[in-house]
Amino acid sequence: MMTPVFPQERAEIMQAAQAIKGRSLWVDARRRLFRNKAAVVSMIVLGIIALMAIFAPFLSPYEFDEIDYGLVQRAPSWWPGDDVLGYAGGAHWFGMDSVGRDLFVRTLYGARVSLAVGLVATCVSLMIGVLYGATAGFLGGRIDNLMMRFVDILYSLPFIFFVIILMVIFEQNFILLFVAIGAVEWLTMARIVRGQTLSVKQKEFVEAARAGGVGNWGIISRHIIPNVVGPVIVYVTLLIPQVILAESFLSFLGLGIREPMTSWGVLISEGANALETAPWLLLFPAGFMAVTLFCFNFIGDGLRDALDPKDR
Amino acid sequence: MLSYAIRRLLGAIPTLLVIITLAFFMMRIAPGGPFDGERRLPPEIEANIMAAYDLDRPLYQQYFLYLGRLVQGDLGPSFRTRDFTVNEIIASGLPVSVRLGLSAITVALLLGTTLGVFAALRQNRPSDYSVMTLAMVGITIPSFVTAPLLTLLFGVYGISLFGFEISLPVGGWNGGALRNMILPVTVLALPQIAIIARLTRGSMVEVLRSNYVRTARAKGLSSFRVVTRHALRAGLLPIVSYLGYGIAALATGSLVVEQIFGLPGIGRYFVQGALNRDYTLVLGVVIVYAALIISLNLVADLLYRVLDPRVSFE
Repeated sequence: MMTPVFPQERAEIMQAAQAIKGRSLWVDARRRLFRNKAAVVSMIVLGIIALMAIFAPFLSPYEFDEIDYGLVQRAPSWWPGDDVLGYAGGAHWFGMDSVGRDLFVRTLYGARVSLAVGLVATCVSLMIGVLYGATAGFLGGRIDNLMMRFVDILYSLPFIFFVIILMVIFEQNFILLFVAIGAVEWLTMARIVRGQTLSVKQKEFVEAARAGGVGNWGIISRHIIPNVVGPVIVYVTLLIPQVILAESFLSFLGLGIREPMTSWGVLISEGANALETAPWLLLFPAGFMAVTLFCFNFIGDGLRDALDPKDR
Repeated sequence: MLSYAIRRLLGAIPTLLVIITLAFFMMRIAPGGPFDGERRLPPEIEANIMAAYDLDRPLYQQYFLYLGRLVQGDLGPSFRTRDFTVNEIIASGLPVSVRLGLSAITVALLLGTTLGVFAALRQNRPSDYSVMTLAMVGITIPSFVTAPLLTLLFGVYGISLFGFEISLPVGGWNGGALRNMILPVTVLALPQIAIIARLTRGSMVEVLRSNYVRTARAKGLSSFRVVTRHALRAGLLPIVSYLGYGIAALATGSLVVEQIFGLPGIGRYFVQGALNRDYTLVLGVVIVYAALIISLNLVADLLYRVLDPRVSFE
C-alpha cells in the first residue's frame, strides 16, 4: 500500500535523510584502498620514482648526453675517484654506459619519457574509448551493433605491425609515438565502457530512480557515471603499464625514441647488447621499469578490489 | 556450425583486404625507398631497376598488380634480399615461427591453467598469494628483459643445478633442436602463463562458488571429480575466449624473441624489412600474420561455441 507523498512531507523526509551522514561509494572505496598494503606501498614507490624523474637534472651532476670516453662501461661506483685504473672521476651510482654516459641520470631521463608516454597515450585511448563505448552503449540497438562489429574487426588486426610501419613512416616522431600507441589501445576501453553502460542502464536502481522521478541527466550523472567510472579507473591504471611496455618494445626494436634522448626500452636494449661485459647496464633500467610496472599493477588490483568488493 | 564457420571465413576476407590496403599504402607513404643507398645510381640503371619492380607505375596500378599476384598466391620478389621471392623467405621462416608459437601456447595453457586452478582452490591462502604474485611478475616483466636475463643466467654464467652444469645455447635455430628451443619458448610463454593463470583463477573462484558446484559437492562427489568434471568445464571458458587475443600477443612477442635469439622466423624478417623499406617482404609478413591470427581466432571462437551450449551459432 503506497501512501502519496506530499511535497512538504517529502522535504522533511529528505532533510531527515541528509542528517544521517552516509558514507559514499568513494569514501568507502578510498578506505578500502588505503587498507591494501601492496597498493599503498606501490603508490609511495611510484611517487618517489615520478619525483626522481621530474627532478632528474637536479639529482645528478652529469648531463644525460655528457660523454666521458675514459669511463666507458665503468662499473657502478659510489664514491668519487675510487676507480681501479686510477682514472679520476666522480661517483657514477649506476655505472657508465657503452659510450661513457652516466647511467643513473639516463635511467631517470628514460623514466621521464616512459612515464610521459604512458600518461599521454593512456589519455588518448581513454578519450577515444570512453566516447566510443559510451555512445555505443547509450544508443544501443543497430548502431551499437555496428560500432562494436567495427571494434571486433580492429581487434583482429595485428596492430603492432601497423605501429611499426607508422614509426618507420614518420621517422620516429615523438608525438606520433604517443598517438599511435594510444590509438591502438582504446579498443578494450571502448568495450569495457560500452558493456558497463549497457548493463548499468538496465539495473534496478536506475529503474527505481526513474520511477522516483529522476530526470535523464540525473540518472546519467548520479547513477550511470559513478558505476562506469570504477572499471574505467581500474583499467586506466592497468593500461598505463601496458603502454609503457609498448613504447619500450618499440624502442627495443630500434623504432621508438631516438638517441641521445632515451627511454627504458632503449636503455634495456643497449644493456642487452653489453650483457657479458657490463650487466648493470641491463639490470638498473630493467629494475626501474619492472618496479614501476609492478606498482601500477598493484594499484590497479587494489583499486579493483576497493571499487568492486564482491570480486575479491 | 559449418555454415557459421563459412560465414565467418567469408567475413574475414574484407578484414584481410583492409589490412592489405592499409599496409600497402602506409608503406608507400613512407619517405625513402628500397633502393636508396649511400651511392647514387646512374639514372638509367635506377630507371631500369624501378621498371623491373614495377615501381615506375602509378601507385594505384601497383596496388592492383599486387592484388592480382596475391590472388594467385604470389607475394612478389623481395626488394632487398636479392634473388629471393617473398614466398621463399616466408616458406623458410614460417615453420620456425609457427613451431615456436605453438610450443609456447601449449606450455602456457598447461602450466597456466594448472597454476590458476591450484590458486583458486586455495583462495586467499599463502599459496594462492604466492602464485598470483609470481603471475604478476610474469605479466609485468617484458620478454625483452626476461630474454637477456635468462641468457645471462643460462648462457653466460651457466647455472649448476643438482650437480649438473646447465648451459643452453643463447641463439640460433640449429634445425629446431630442443636445446635451442628451450630459452625462446620459455621467454615467449612466461607472460602467457601468467595471464592464463590469473584468468583461470578468477573464473574458477567464481565457478567454485556457484550453485551447481555446491550441488555436485552435496551429492558427495570427490573434490577431484567436482573440479575436473564440473567446475573446469565452465571455468576454462574465459581461457578459450582469451586464446584469440593471446595468439596476437604471441605474434607480437615473437618479433622480439626472434630478434634476440637470432631465430630465422618471419618476425625477424618483418622488423628488418620495415627498417629496409622492403615493401613486398613487409606486406607479405603482415598478410601471413593477419591470416594466421584471423583463422586461429576463428578456431578459438568455434571451440568456445562448442564448449558453451548457452552460445548459439547465430
